Amino acid sequence: MSSSPTMAAPPSKPTFDVSRVLHQPLFGPLGALILAVIIFAVASPRFLSPFNLSLILQQSIVVGILAVGQTLIILTAGIDLSIGATAVLGTIMLAKTVGSGGAVAALIATLLICMAVGAVNGTLVTVFKLPPFIVTLGTFTAVSAATQLFAGSATYPVQDSVLTFLGTSIGSGTARTTLGVFVLILVYAVTWYALTQTAGGRHIYAVGGSPTAARLAGIKTNRTLFSAYIFTGVIAAIAAWAALGRIPTADPNAFQTANLDTITAVVIGGTSLFGGRGSVVGTLIGTLIVGVLRNGLTLVGVDNLYQNIATGVLVIVAVAFDQFARRRSS
Amino acid sequence: MSFVDNFRRAAARRSQVTKTVLLVTAGSLTLTLAACGSGGGAGNSASQGSSDQVKIGLVTKTDTNPYFVKLREAAKAEADKNNASLIALAGKFDGDNEGQVAAIENLVSQGVKGILITPSSSSGILAAIKSARDAGVVVIALDTATDPENAVDATFATDNKKAGQLEGAWVKGALAGKTPKLLMLDGTPGGTVDTFRHDGFLQGIGLKEGDPAIAGKENTNGDQTKAQTAMENLLQRVPDANAVYTINEPAAAGGYQAIKDAGKVSQFTVASIDGSCTGVKNVKAGEFGATVMQFPAKMAAQGVDAVVKFSKDGTKPSGFNDTGAQLITDKPVSGLDSKDTSWGLQNCWG
Repeated sequence: MSSSPTMAAPPSKPTFDVSRVLHQPLFGPLGALILAVIIFAVASPRFLSPFNLSLILQQSIVVGILAVGQTLIILTAGIDLSIGATAVLGTIMLAKTVGSGGAVAALIATLLICMAVGAVNGTLVTVFKLPPFIVTLGTFTAVSAATQLFAGSATYPVQDSVLTFLGTSIGSGTARTTLGVFVLILVYAVTWYALTQTAGGRHIYAVGGSPTAARLAGIKTNRTLFSAYIFTGVIAAIAAWAALGRIPTADPNAFQTANLDTITAVVIGGTSLFGGRGSVVGTLIGTLIVGVLRNGLTLVGVDNLYQNIATGVLVIVAVAFDQFARRRSS
Repeated sequence: MSFVDNFRRAAARRSQVTKTVLLVTAGSLTLTLAACGSGGGAGNSASQGSSDQVKIGLVTKTDTNPYFVKLREAAKAEADKNNASLIALAGKFDGDNEGQVAAIENLVSQGVKGILITPSSSSGILAAIKSARDAGVVVIALDTATDPENAVDATFATDNKKAGQLEGAWVKGALAGKTPKLLMLDGTPGGTVDTFRHDGFLQGIGLKEGDPAIAGKENTNGDQTKAQTAMENLLQRVPDANAVYTINEPAAAGGYQAIKDAGKVSQFTVASIDGSCTGVKNVKAGEFGATVMQFPAKMAAQGVDAVVKFSKDGTKPSGFNDTGAQLITDKPVSGLDSKDTSWGLQNCWG
């Protein structure tokens, strides 16, 4: 894929729209995050401790990484319900193949199998023109079941130092964090660059904003869509590796709600479910808002169900705000 | 100060300000915090960072299952009695290990004295428990043991093997000499509770795993709908079975529904484990013959007491503590201690 920032010909219109709305919508999520941090810092003396802040980041690693893939798919006006299940398949693949082939082979095999799931989704969406919701609902169900079969419904403790590498703790004293946090940041940085600074990234926005306009502008919409699903497979594989760093046990029952959690993060981050508008920076903020809420509410002694109410309210507020913004702009 | 007042005030405040997402979000945050603050004395003092109160964390598998609701209520009541504050967290679904790990981390960061946990994954949770204990927090498993069991300071739970044995022995007695043709509605494959109950039942009824008398087995995840489907299919395969093992009462209720729809109620002896009020009523109505009652309130109360004691004099609880299992039936069989359903209805949970 070309990394040339300049694009020939007409699609300067969707590009212009994107850059205009990219900056504005971040104001809401960022404000909410800062506000939440201030409230919790006042309410609990422990909240701002380096250890606690690093905890929030560590708890956000897996869903945060997966949410990058989800953002891309949602930007194309799609949705990926299979992303969490694919990552779980990845963890089982890592745990089961490391014994026979070694860690590097296991990582490659996992990358391939996760990309294969992405390729199936991509093919069904582009070639067969099926709605992404239905396609990924199908692969979500099938991949979950295949993972259970593959794992024999057992969990696999992982000891290999390469597979658990991202759980390596760095820093000193109470200011410690894991390498997984840096992978999280790296994934966001790379994707942000690709989406905003390369032609391929702008094609994603264009296809999500208006497929017809994008096609008329000379963008190969099918190829763009297909690459988004393949990319999401790669993201799932990275998340699988990071998941073993965080909890060194491959469990086929894990992350059953990761698909919804990633959608929550994307939506709170201000990306439009209708495609074409949003950013991964917003998604990172959305992920952190969910993590800060859960951690902060626990610190001030609030029970689980109230925490879920808070998250639910935030999702609705975010979607309402998106609708409001859309209506005003049209 | 009621929830409604807080709600109205927050709503009124919101309508005065401009409609920026920032402030709406602030409103919802404040609302949530306010709602919890008015939920009782405990919530109020917790937000002040109360120095005199012992803080205890409870992490259940989910927060919707009536069993865990009872566990939570009993723990809260016992904590209030001891002037301790309880923070109840849970996984999002049965099996959500990641959610439980995050809950433990946040509780340790919060500065709790002790954590009571019903682990969703008996092995996946071990690292989080270890770091909590390393931080000086006493960790107690409730209801479900960890694997290995000594990963926690102590366990307060039903002896599930014994509960299974009671269930099996009653079915054997109720069959009164008839050769069993058994259908088994299991829970979740690989779970410790599941394995103990399953194996205990077979011991109690006197069958070995693989015996041809075991005519069929299905996993139900302890879910009524899945159990009904499973039983419908099993009845198609083995129409002349006569005994049913169930992992819990929702599974038994689903199984009974399928048996009733097939018009085979008189042909079957159904037994279960749990002791919920719904389950005891089912026994009273004759839908299933017997159930083995567990005592979640006792687990929770003893767990809270152990943490309070630890905070006072540093004594840590230890080992496996059986909180008891009681056979409940209106059709007692000789040689088995049982209580009738009126006792059961007085002592049931949920």
